[in-house]
Amino acid sequence: MNRIARLSLLVCLLATVCVADPSFAGVPTPETIGKNEELQHLANVSGHYGGRLTVGQRAEPKTLNPVIATDAISREVIGRLSADLIEINRVTQQTEPALAKSWKASADGRTFTLKLRKGIRFSDGHPFDADDVIFSFALYMDEAVDSPQRDLLIIDGKPMTLTKVDAYTVQFALPRPYAAAERIFDGLVMLPKHLLEKPYREGKFPQAWSLNTQASEIAGLGPFRLKQYVPGQRIVLERNPYYWKSDRDNHRLPYLDELEFLFVGTEDAQVMRFEAGETDLINRLSSENYNLLSREEPRAGSQLADLGPSLEYNFVVFNQNDLSGKKLDIVARKQVWFRDRRFRQAINAAVDRDGIVRLVYETRGTPLWGNVGPGNKFWINQAIPRPQRSLERARQLLKSAGFSWDKNGQLLDASGQAVEFTIITSSSNAQRMKMATLLQDDLSHLGMQVHVVPLEFRALIDRVFQSFDYDAAIMALGGGDADPNPEMNVWMSNGTSHLWNLGEKQPVTDWEREIDQLMQQQMVTLDYAKRKQLYDRVQQLISENVPFIFLATPNILAGADARVGNFHPALLDPYTLWNADELYVRSDGVENAGVR
Amino acid sequence: MRLKTNLLITLLIVLHLPLLFAGFVAPYDPTAQNRELPYAPPTRLHFKDGSGFHLRPFVYAWIPANEGGGSRYWEDRSRAYPIQAFVRGDSYSFLGLFETNLHLFGVESPGQYLLFGTDAFGRDELSRVLYGGRISVAAGIVATAATLFLGSIVAIVAGYYGGWIDESLMGAAELFLSLPWLYFLLGVRAFLPLHVSPERTFLLLTGVIGLIGWAKPARLVRGVVLSARTHNCVLAARGFGGSDFYILRRHILPETFSVLLTQAALLVPRYIAAEVALSFFGLGVNEPVPSWGNMLSVLQQYNVLISYDWLLAPAAALFVTSVMYYLLADALHSGLESS
Repeated sequence: MNRIARLSLLVCLLATVCVADPSFAGVPTPETIGKNEELQHLANVSGHYGGRLTVGQRAEPKTLNPVIATDAISREVIGRLSADLIEINRVTQQTEPALAKSWKASADGRTFTLKLRKGIRFSDGHPFDADDVIFSFALYMDEAVDSPQRDLLIIDGKPMTLTKVDAYTVQFALPRPYAAAERIFDGLVMLPKHLLEKPYREGKFPQAWSLNTQASEIAGLGPFRLKQYVPGQRIVLERNPYYWKSDRDNHRLPYLDELEFLFVGTEDAQVMRFEAGETDLINRLSSENYNLLSREEPRAGSQLADLGPSLEYNFVVFNQNDLSGKKLDIVARKQVWFRDRRFRQAINAAVDRDGIVRLVYETRGTPLWGNVGPGNKFWINQAIPRPQRSLERARQLLKSAGFSWDKNGQLLDASGQAVEFTIITSSSNAQRMKMATLLQDDLSHLGMQVHVVPLEFRALIDRVFQSFDYDAAIMALGGGDADPNPEMNVWMSNGTSHLWNLGEKQPVTDWEREIDQLMQQQMVTLDYAKRKQLYDRVQQLISENVPFIFLATPNILAGADARVGNFHPALLDPYTLWNADELYVRSDGVENAGVR
Repeated sequence: MRLKTNLLITLLIVLHLPLLFAGFVAPYDPTAQNRELPYAPPTRLHFKDGSGFHLRPFVYAWIPANEGGGSRYWEDRSRAYPIQAFVRGDSYSFLGLFETNLHLFGVESPGQYLLFGTDAFGRDELSRVLYGGRISVAAGIVATAATLFLGSIVAIVAGYYGGWIDESLMGAAELFLSLPWLYFLLGVRAFLPLHVSPERTFLLLTGVIGLIGWAKPARLVRGVVLSARTHNCVLAARGFGGSDFYILRRHILPETFSVLLTQAALLVPRYIAAEVALSFFGLGVNEPVPSWGNMLSVLQQYNVLISYDWLLAPAAALFVTSVMYYLLADALHSGLESS
């Protein structure tokens, strides 16, 4: 074979390879940065272009529509496709400019003026301006669209009002002062009017941007845009060539050619795929799986991160709901105990929180005595007492509340009734099941007969939120934002997650009334120090009256393959992917990527 | 053949004794948590130490290595605990007759002899396998007895009287065979109150398994009855004016015994497995009471499955028990054929 023939064969082969492997066909290259484009310049970020990273997801996303998506899995993908005006920096937990390059609040805290970046474009090349902002907020606030974010924008029953000042300036007016109002903008992504106005006018908006929508009909302002969706298998995103951030060397981000989401099913499958090197990033790891991976860390060279206590709080709640007309006499009889503060305090004193941290979280967790844990640096009330476990104090509290013990050590209430109740918890959450088994044993030392009943998650939610047919439940809340405002619906007596007594017309107890006032007050107070004071008092009231018995919070645990550059996981959701625009594939790792 | 059968029966009895006397054989209380020793590996038996060889084996206590989480333990070599027979320990009720705290073997406290290691709560796995086996195997045996009792009554009535009685009963059997019993049980569970005591769960489990299982043995026994009905002795007895009851008792029932026995040996392991499956899915016996099924359910977690192999002990126990029963069924069956 002569040289030319050989060469042409090689060219042919290369051509087939390029055609056969769709992953390298037509990757968009970043557009050169225009003169009048106001990009966000990240002076500390460097990396280099190319490559693909893969993330395993526990389930398939339900939609790509940012306005109606409620599940974490859909939002994980949508978050990479879109951007918001102001965002909360996941590491500092403070707000930062995003699509709005700056903002100004009026002295009374009721008007916000946002200046938008000029010259930036959606991922389909269409320019972005104030009309898109006005259009997006109209969608979020439309009752017919029924967006989960709508509640945030309706204050005292009145919606925010928006005015377009010019093509790059928007003014928001709030019905009353609203603390940390700029935090609301995080998570409210901006949508392209030119693509979505038609379905919206036709009343078809909730069906728009489903998983089956053509990639060309979806555009956003995120670092990536949709490339391909394979049902039951994966979603592939590709670089948005018009993205509005640049790195240290004025190169347009993102670095990655592609970001792939694989639907793997369960947390265990996520771990196995990660171990096998099939996925590059993993978050929301349980401590057991984290410890499993860390045993192999030296061999695999993966980057594992323990970020410390999360904002989530696990707790026991006793059913104090109004059961009149519910035909739940047995539960109603037990409510005499549940409504007795001393009974709850006794259980609070008997809980072995250190045992939970050691056995449930394998020491990668933190005991909790309140709803604000040590992960929330700005809002935790350090003065809340954190007493050691004391069965002695628990017994004294029970005695003072009129309880006594029979000769077998069984606890009896004032009327001689044996204290026996059931704790329900989600059967799909192995960690909370373990907590329940530990608690059962702790309380048996007080002479209480506790039964643990694992329920399917929906059945559990139904009992806790609808039928009220339960004694006690182990659940978890929090974990979203560090600010007190998202906690309003838990602590306000009319809140939708006021779990121990849902749907109170007015506060049943004095301390609940005081919490209502404090929470409302903190919401309209703009000064951080004053707000902190108010919220400290709320935490104190919660700790004294124990509506929830707080147990522990897990550490946020995440991992990445050795070849992932700029891996900086954060305490807040989405833990590892919040800086997807900065992630890159390390060149020294590429060659042996498949070998490990 | 007879010898083999007897040998197998003896072995099975030997296998069941420690389950029956679980309180005595198990060194610890199966529900007692030791929060210092989660996932402790099986204690190692030692014969040799610094001073040479000892005939009496001894163990060292585990001390947790406080680093990086997970379960890592060191042997505390500062003190040896010789294995002792008939030691005093946690108290238990001996066959429901009296309270005692005498155990077959153990070591002096605070040492612990953990033959099969511990589970996530530091509970002794061996004790749990024994207590759990008691529940699982008893469920298998009781459910088998219920099945065979119900099945043979139906079979005898159907086979002996024939005609429309036979057809309707066997029709019902077909219907029962086609029931998706796991879903049936799920449905039954939904109607019960949230908490069901372990005793009632046990009755429910065996009751449901027994109720659903009768159809298969009934069809088998009916065949035997059908053929026995035409035997000369039966015809003769009938000619002499023997009552139905007399004929059934004297001539037909004895014919079915060997079939029933083989069926029993086949059904027991199957029903043990049924209990294990139900408890595995959380429909059976609940924490903290052990059963082989709920003990195995933690192995659904990947990290547990690959990290703590001693927690497979209930699976090994289930395997050995099942194989023994199947060997017995096989021996009984060949005995039946050769006769």
